[in-house]
Amino acid sequence: DIDDVGHKYYLELVLEDVLDKDSTVNCTAEVLYHLGSKNVAPDVQFTLEGELKNTDEADNVFYNQIKSLEKELVAENIPDSHGNVSPEMEPIRRLAWVASGYVIWQNSTENTKFHLAQIKRVKQVKRSDEYLEFDYMVLLHEMVSQEIIPWQMTVLWHPQHGVQVTQDSRQPKHASE
Amino acid sequence: QKVFRVIPQNDEQVAIINTLASNTEVDFWQPDSVTLVRPKMEVDFRVEADISSEVEDLLKESGMEYRVLIDNLQAAVDAQFDSKARTTGHSYEKYNNWETIAAWTADIAAQNPDLVTRSVIGETYEGRPMYVLKMGKSGPNKKAIFMDCGFHAREWISPAFCQWFVKEAVETYGKDTVMTTLLDSLDFYVLPVVNIDGYVYTWTNDRMWRKTRSKNAGSFCIGTDPNRNFNAGWCSLGASRRPCDSTYCGSAPESEKETKALADFIRDHLSTIKAYLTIHSYSQLLLFPYSYTYDLPSNYEELNTIARDASKQLASLYNTKYTYGPGATTIYPAAGGSDDWAYDQGIKYSFTFELRDTGKYGFVLPESQIKPTCEETLLAVKYIANYVLEHLY
Repeated sequence: DIDDVGHKYYLELVLEDVLDKDSTVNCTAEVLYHLGSKNVAPDVQFTLEGELKNTDEADNVFYNQIKSLEKELVAENIPDSHGNVSPEMEPIRRLAWVASGYVIWQNSTENTKFHLAQIKRVKQVKRSDEYLEFDYMVLLHEMVSQEIIPWQMTVLWHPQHGVQVTQDSRQPKHASE
Repeated sequence: QKVFRVIPQNDEQVAIINTLASNTEVDFWQPDSVTLVRPKMEVDFRVEADISSEVEDLLKESGMEYRVLIDNLQAAVDAQFDSKARTTGHSYEKYNNWETIAAWTADIAAQNPDLVTRSVIGETYEGRPMYVLKMGKSGPNKKAIFMDCGFHAREWISPAFCQWFVKEAVETYGKDTVMTTLLDSLDFYVLPVVNIDGYVYTWTNDRMWRKTRSKNAGSFCIGTDPNRNFNAGWCSLGASRRPCDSTYCGSAPESEKETKALADFIRDHLSTIKAYLTIHSYSQLLLFPYSYTYDLPSNYEELNTIARDASKQLASLYNTKYTYGPGATTIYPAAGGSDDWAYDQGIKYSFTFELRDTGKYGFVLPESQIKPTCEETLLAVKYIANYVLEHLY
């Protein structure tokens, strides 16, 4: 408890590579939830004890695959009702996961627990520069209220410049149908 | 016999296929005849086992793009006849729709009359029969364990587990000593889907639906959260009074036909039911009372030990980590839960399972994970059942 400021949490985590369970990196973090204000994201500071794996090769493969598409990518329901994700959609899903992580951080309080439930729709947006742009409509599951919240996110990605969420907005319940 | 798929890139390669067809017995699956083969076309054909390696050599030499589509045709054909799934559509390793599950309850009881009896405990809001399967070798004065699945419509792995449990019971009775003892000494009441209307809705309209499908007076919003609808601290905390919310507690305790049917059944069999298990997803948790209060149950130490040991059993298979403890502190405070209600009725051993995973797929757990999830969970359920058997009261 930090008087008049909020609640601070000290965390020790182990980061595990989704694609290689044996590849781990230790991490320490401090999270400060601000008193009162629901509209301010918690402060996060972290230190990685080690290096994250280099993903240049996979990044370039994905980048080139999308760049070489004749028509802009469009997809729905990832995963589908039965949990299936086609191999081509895996990077699209991971990108949504990272982007939704940002959205979740911006909207978290001590009383929320969000997970990305599903991508309802994703549409690639044509760009004249080297960035890839995707317009996502995702469903976020909030554990405490058990609500499924549709959320729109505009995501930019580039192999060297990483992920950016340039726009995001919570949608009314029927926006996902 | 093998089936090959080749993609000739040009007229030269098409000619090679033509030559092959004229020199050997080649049965074209697509296109129907060799005369229809064109460049860039997918060409599938069957050859006899004794010449398949020569054909493969030829394809390799030609540099043509090819792959073996079916390595052993006879085996593939035989497998089709072995699979029950072909006729009924039911599979223990896939998510089955309600129609399929309903038919399966009839089949499994008919095929195993000494071990399984099906009965109806009530009707859903939309008029569907709620089936319960009574498992066990018949005998006098048997005590029972009640287990339900499918409280929340979108938690598809839950009904999958109930089906798996029933399958394991009938298939390993007489072979597995633990299962045999359990079924000889105890009865298991298995309710494969509590919230059938909701489950159907997740297949037809909204995969993320949670509640029942009952109309709410004075609101356009549908449904009540069945696990906030029991008379256990009803609607006091962790539940909503608003019909549009996902945790709506209902207009009154047991306002839902489904929860009333379940509660009535348990009340009617209270003297024999010694444990209550309710299966949900997701989060990988093993919970026990209380959720409607931070107070601890009188046999907290015992329940905590059982949960600890059952979690260990579960983890022993694939190292899946579960967290265990009283509901209020382990997941969140929530009143109106069936586990708390059953406990307060006098059922000392009352547990809620939250199955795989921890959020990566959440409700849309891939079918490939049905088998491992069910296998590991079965270990925990058998452990608990065994404990109950050894501590009957």
